[in-house]
Amino acid sequence: MLMDTAVNLVEVEKGTMILPPNIIITSMDRLINWGRSSSLWPMTFGLACCAIEMMTTGSSHYDLDRMGIIFRGSPRQADFMIVAGTVTKKMSGIVRRVYDQMPEPRYVVAMGSCACSGGIFNTYSTVQGCDSFLPVDVYIPGCPPRPEALLEGIIKLQKKIKGEHFRWSRWR
Amino acid sequence: MEPLQIADKIKEKFPDEVLNVKEFRGQASVILKKDRILEICRHLHDDPDLYFDYLVDVCGVDYAGKKEKRFEVVYHLYSIKHRHSVRLKAEVSESAPEIDSVTAVWDGANWHERECYDMFGIIFSGHPDFRRILMPEDWEGHPLRKDYPVKGTEKEWPGFKAVLNRAKRFKEFEWQE
Repeated sequence: MLMDTAVNLVEVEKGTMILPPNIIITSMDRLINWGRSSSLWPMTFGLACCAIEMMTTGSSHYDLDRMGIIFRGSPRQADFMIVAGTVTKKMSGIVRRVYDQMPEPRYVVAMGSCACSGGIFNTYSTVQGCDSFLPVDVYIPGCPPRPEALLEGIIKLQKKIKGEHFRWSRWR
Repeated sequence: MEPLQIADKIKEKFPDEVLNVKEFRGQASVILKKDRILEICRHLHDDPDLYFDYLVDVCGVDYAGKKEKRFEVVYHLYSIKHRHSVRLKAEVSESAPEIDSVTAVWDGANWHERECYDMFGIIFSGHPDFRRILMPEDWEGHPLRKDYPVKGTEKEWPGFKAVLNRAKRFKEFEWQE
């Protein structure tokens, strides 16, 4: 019996093998990154009109829930943050504080031209790109981006997470 | 009541205060001196024929280099009972940018006047809670003035500098591959 199953080791994808009926052999990186990318919980935080598109993306038509994405009301429970809209200088401190309250591992998605670069608001009150004070992982262009674009951005983030190595180990 | 009739009534009651009356597309603007604005507003609010119980908006205008008196405070009034409206414009000079607050007449003027102060630096005396409303409290300058640079002054606001410094300080704790 043991001999039979050892022969039936099936490689489902590169680096992941299944020993029928229900044993999976894979690396820690793959296992943890799979878990993380499959249940990304964003912080509910809207700043401007992009937040409306973000809400639409969460609605039944586009349905973020099917990807394991559930909006959380607290930064302590969130895995990533969608900076949805224009970041003013007055608001920048609060945006940064919300980011600082999130536990590791944490990611930032800059949604829309305003969050990416300040957009049309090259003025005294607007931050010219939220990457000046946040480590942004994914930039989504558009004014505002369509829900499909936000989904694409989140898929990009999932791909990025899947490519990480040793992020589960002790913090260095 | 027709807009011009309202303007005439104001002129009748306060002949020395009304500088000019303008009509455009069926709307009347009454240009006033600033000194007795509170009294005029009180009259417009209390008079049973006028009865302007709703202050639609208070805003400021900067006419830098275009008019002798640089600023104007504009009041849009509406009467819900009589369904008529009028626009008051009070001229305010740059050297003494001060006007009486009308919060005693309409409570709704509170935030509008704060915004007007925030954006133009016009001081509303007698206001119960007089401070900035949109910009941070320690912001320098009044952004909607025509001589204020669109992209801001050279000097960065200290609050944003603090955020940038914090971001820089915490950079070493970020995940690096």
